[in-house]
Amino acid sequence: MTTKALSRTTPLTVISFALVAAWLVIAAFPFLWTLWGSFKVQADFFSKADWTNALRGVETLRETGSAFTGQGYYGAWVQEDFWRAVLNTGIVVFFTVIISLTFGTLGGYALARSGKRYAFWILMAALVFRAMPHITLVSGYLLPFFEWNVWGILPTTIVVLVAINQPFTLWMLHSFFLNIPKDMDESAMVDGCTRFQAFRHVIIPVMWPGVITTGLFSFLLAYNDFAVTSMLLSEQNQTMIPAIASFLGSTQVEGNVMFAVAAVVSATAPLFVLVMVFQRQIVSGLTAGAVKG
Amino acid sequence: MKDRTFFWFILPTLSAMILFIALPIVSVFVQSLHIQHEQVLVVSESCGPFGCEETSAVDQEATRALREAQPLGKFNGLRTYINRSHLAFAEIAEEWRAADSLGTFLARVYNLPFYKALAFTLTYTAVVTPFVLALGLAVAVGVNSLPKLLKGPTIFVSLLPMIVTPLVGSLILFWMVDGDGVIGATLQRVFDDPSLSLKASPTLTWIMLMVYGIWHSLPFSFIVFYAGLQTVPKDTMEAAMIDGATTWQRLRFVTIPHLAPLATFVTLMQLMDNFRVFEPIISFQAQAHATSLSVVIFNDLRESGNPLYGSAGATSMMTIIGVAILLTPVLIRTWKAGRASAAKAH
Repeated sequence: MTTKALSRTTPLTVISFALVAAWLVIAAFPFLWTLWGSFKVQADFFSKADWTNALRGVETLRETGSAFTGQGYYGAWVQEDFWRAVLNTGIVVFFTVIISLTFGTLGGYALARSGKRYAFWILMAALVFRAMPHITLVSGYLLPFFEWNVWGILPTTIVVLVAINQPFTLWMLHSFFLNIPKDMDESAMVDGCTRFQAFRHVIIPVMWPGVITTGLFSFLLAYNDFAVTSMLLSEQNQTMIPAIASFLGSTQVEGNVMFAVAAVVSATAPLFVLVMVFQRQIVSGLTAGAVKG
Repeated sequence: MKDRTFFWFILPTLSAMILFIALPIVSVFVQSLHIQHEQVLVVSESCGPFGCEETSAVDQEATRALREAQPLGKFNGLRTYINRSHLAFAEIAEEWRAADSLGTFLARVYNLPFYKALAFTLTYTAVVTPFVLALGLAVAVGVNSLPKLLKGPTIFVSLLPMIVTPLVGSLILFWMVDGDGVIGATLQRVFDDPSLSLKASPTLTWIMLMVYGIWHSLPFSFIVFYAGLQTVPKDTMEAAMIDGATTWQRLRFVTIPHLAPLATFVTLMQLMDNFRVFEPIISFQAQAHATSLSVVIFNDLRESGNPLYGSAGATSMMTIIGVAILLTPVLIRTWKAGRASAAKAH
């Protein structure tokens, strides 16, 4: 009876349905529009006369003989060497995630099992570090990096992204390890394991769900970063996001905005797949801090 | 855990944070106290038939040598902090004396670069945060009453604006509101004004950036509230219904109080994130009408071939102070929670 009463249609539910529907359109439409439009020519994607041109591809048909064209993608990936940026992003993201998680699991485990006063202080410091705007940190890096001649290369960026990632990774893995019962590793130590052996043989096999969730957020941070990568990488080492930003400067002059549109779609596609596959983990990761705190 | 073991476990992560977060903050502070060397001038006297003339020229060679020898520049104390592009005390005092009304005074102050950036940053933070909270809650309540089958896809779509790269997400919107883009062109037709451009007017630019901010952050508050709704106590809900509470009253007196702690959490996270607003201003190419503290730092560092480390450092330090002020409630809250859980353990 309760469920029936709860799901009765009232004006309020109608309004809330309408609101959800409106939100879904607002959330999804820009992506669908840009995806569809990326296969058109510029005259269609930016059509002042009639916005339905972008749907039907009138100009695209006239210019290329078909309603869809891969010109934008060809221009971005081949002409403008976007594949190089994609490759760089792959390298940066891969190493950032692996190193972040290695450091983070060790540190998070230690913090969860310590219970000492200094462990709490480290967590507080991490919270402060997490709030620092990245660009303020970057303004601290530039001068020393120029002096030491390590500016512009991928390893420097990876190290910086790992460090920027640490506060968040620590907090997340710390709260995750708190949920693994202490008895597990402590009984292994009673049986004669050292702390590290207990970690290696008892904790590592059961930690993967937490590590995967944390890894997703490390991935997003490294993949989405603009402040660090745009300031610390030289032109030929650029990753995708700064490459897209610099596309804008050059392509608008040449009238090749479609290159940038194609690049934007290419950069967004992996994120779509990520959300599709790991939706549950992303939701649980987002709420972990909130629901417990 | 023994102190020794703890040390080895924490060493990698701690050294990463000290080297690349704590030390850079120190480095930023040191930079902010220095200013770039002025150009070295050589004065030469050239004598002609009509007397002697002194000409001064820039000695490029010596300037470069000096700048290379001391890349930090020369010590400048706190003067960078109070110069025209930062706190501008002298200019403000001047305007205060000269201005005939408070309105003109504020308008003049707004034209100073630091205050212009601060004004936008604060307005953005203050406007986006409440909208994100309210709309996120509304969408969460709506999604919660959807049939089970629809929930998964709805959450998938809802996550997209937040997951997508901020620079890319704002670019996508930027192209749509372009004068020739689908939204921009439609607006021109609706208002029958072919010259209507969202980029040209400061007010519209601000609104556009804030709409983007809400679009981008709404999913976060939605997800948190949605998770909170799953834990609303069923007993209280049923009791309220038996007592004859309407849907609205149940929402107002049961659900919202239950979600209040989550709202605090979302607010604090949003305040911190919105305060560092950066990418959308770059994507929207809106710097003529709206700058934020982060953008000011970015531009100083981008100064072609000749980054203004001192100036960027001073703005960075002031941004860090701003973040620290925003962060104080979070710290106090975490501090108390930590103390409570420590007390429980003993």
